[in-house]
Amino acid sequence: MRNLWIIAKRELKGYFTTPMAFIFVAIFVAMTGAFTFYIGRFFDRGQASLEPFFSFHPWLYLLLVPAVAMRLWSEERKSGTIEQLLTLPITTADAVLGKFLAAWLFCGIALAATFPIWITVSYLGDPDHGVIGLSYIGSFLMAGAFLSIGTCMSALTRNQIIAFIGAAAVCFIFTMSGLDLVLNFFRAWAPSFLVDVIAASSFLVRFESVTRGVMELRDVVFFLSMMAFWLFATTVAVDAKKAA
Amino acid sequence: METMVELDNLSKHFGPFVAVDGISLTVGKGEVLGFLGPNGAGKSTTMRMVAGFLSPTSGTAKVCGHDVANEPVKVKSLLGYMAEGSPSYEDMTVRSFLTFIAEVRGLSGHAAKVRIEEVVTKIKLEDVIDRSIDVLSKGYKRRVGLAQAILHDPPVLILDEPTDGLDPNQKHHVRSLIEDMAAEKAIIVSTHILEEVEAVCTRAVIIGNGRLLADGTSEDLLRTLPEHNAVHIVVTPDVAASAVAKLQTAAGVSGVSQITRADGSTEIQCAPEGDAEILDTVGSVLRDNTIAYSQLYKNRGDLDAVFRSITAGGANHA
Repeated sequence: MRNLWIIAKRELKGYFTTPMAFIFVAIFVAMTGAFTFYIGRFFDRGQASLEPFFSFHPWLYLLLVPAVAMRLWSEERKSGTIEQLLTLPITTADAVLGKFLAAWLFCGIALAATFPIWITVSYLGDPDHGVIGLSYIGSFLMAGAFLSIGTCMSALTRNQIIAFIGAAAVCFIFTMSGLDLVLNFFRAWAPSFLVDVIAASSFLVRFESVTRGVMELRDVVFFLSMMAFWLFATTVAVDAKKAA
Repeated sequence: METMVELDNLSKHFGPFVAVDGISLTVGKGEVLGFLGPNGAGKSTTMRMVAGFLSPTSGTAKVCGHDVANEPVKVKSLLGYMAEGSPSYEDMTVRSFLTFIAEVRGLSGHAAKVRIEEVVTKIKLEDVIDRSIDVLSKGYKRRVGLAQAILHDPPVLILDEPTDGLDPNQKHHVRSLIEDMAAEKAIIVSTHILEEVEAVCTRAVIIGNGRLLADGTSEDLLRTLPEHNAVHIVVTPDVAASAVAKLQTAAGVSGVSQITRADGSTEIQCAPEGDAEILDTVGSVLRDNTIAYSQLYKNRGDLDAVFRSITAGGANHA
């Protein structure tokens, strides 16, 4: 546990030694704002609610989270520092979780930086703060699930571009999996229970219910088990491919 | 001597490729073991298995009695390891990198600070301590790698080509650092600079095609050469024939051969019988027959020749 935190701390500091962190946070905040006000027509709706704001999060994450995740392991392998890291007295799981935790906290920082919009909507009207709080938590959990997929893709290749595209593609499938676009593809050949599983693992469907103020325990469990699965897969991938 | 590192039939396969093929050896406290071998011989792979980075396909590697396959974290805590090229997080400063390593190694707060100070002084990193690692010269980067390896004062040190790419002064510095630590630790150093073996190693092994081809002190290795302890004489061509005739019958000389050198003089090589010391014999034969010579010296042979004779033919010479 201690090692995990030491790894996470180093990683997180690493984000802020380059302008990358600030650029990322700035773009995230700018894009959430632009989507909310222009495409989401925040003012025209005349409602004191952040639903238009949150509804764009899955799409933004689809683009931005793989960008955060792509370097996590690819870069370690490309620069050879993976050999330094994994010959320290830590387990592979410590390293995987530590790096993931840092990236997740970083996403949390970006998400927290959107707080002025909460202030704005409170100033303009009387929103349901419970729903907004829940939506923030839901969004953070969803970011973690996206990130765990990206982490795994990053562990599979030393090429960051491939890691990015791979992560975006897999995240897209999970985002859209409740929709016919994806389901029809699987219906053609997959057994029906598998199609049901895929339909049930849609990030979009789960997140939409959260933004309407309904967060059930099973939604939390869903996102957490997504992370557990992909991080376990990451650990296996790191161990198997570290020397390649 | 206390055994610190023990490899037993250690092997590593990458698919059909056999990188390391049944290496067994032990290293004791106070020993500096040189790992020699051509590029791609399996030196780095062997070291990576001991360091817990790669898992062996078969066989075991033990450090201070702990098997790296069963207790990887324990073994890693007993080891200082510097990987080839000493990769470190380039976006960090030397200080923050060493602080990170210290924390992972279980040192924190004041103790970590004191120890980092100590190591930085020892390795002469004071001038660059607050610089980012990516702007450092190769020599400094290598020293950062060395600093992180000895930070926790480990009983076993594994250094993969610690002097590769350094200038002669830096090489000398790294070697003297190794010598200073040698008494208290077991150290494994890989290199393909053979003078280094004579300079710092108490023992050397030669690895080729993943196999252990030779194991001994540098003197042991030199003894395998036919020209080891041979006596060379340089004479003018007109006296060469009579000199060869006289030397062939001298006691302790097993064979005499001659070559013409680029400057026209003749070099005669007298090979000894077994371990016989023939320098004096050859000298007195020459004096007794008043044969003039311009040079007379004993050839120890060099490790380069041992290395070539053992590794060039691969398994044939094993």
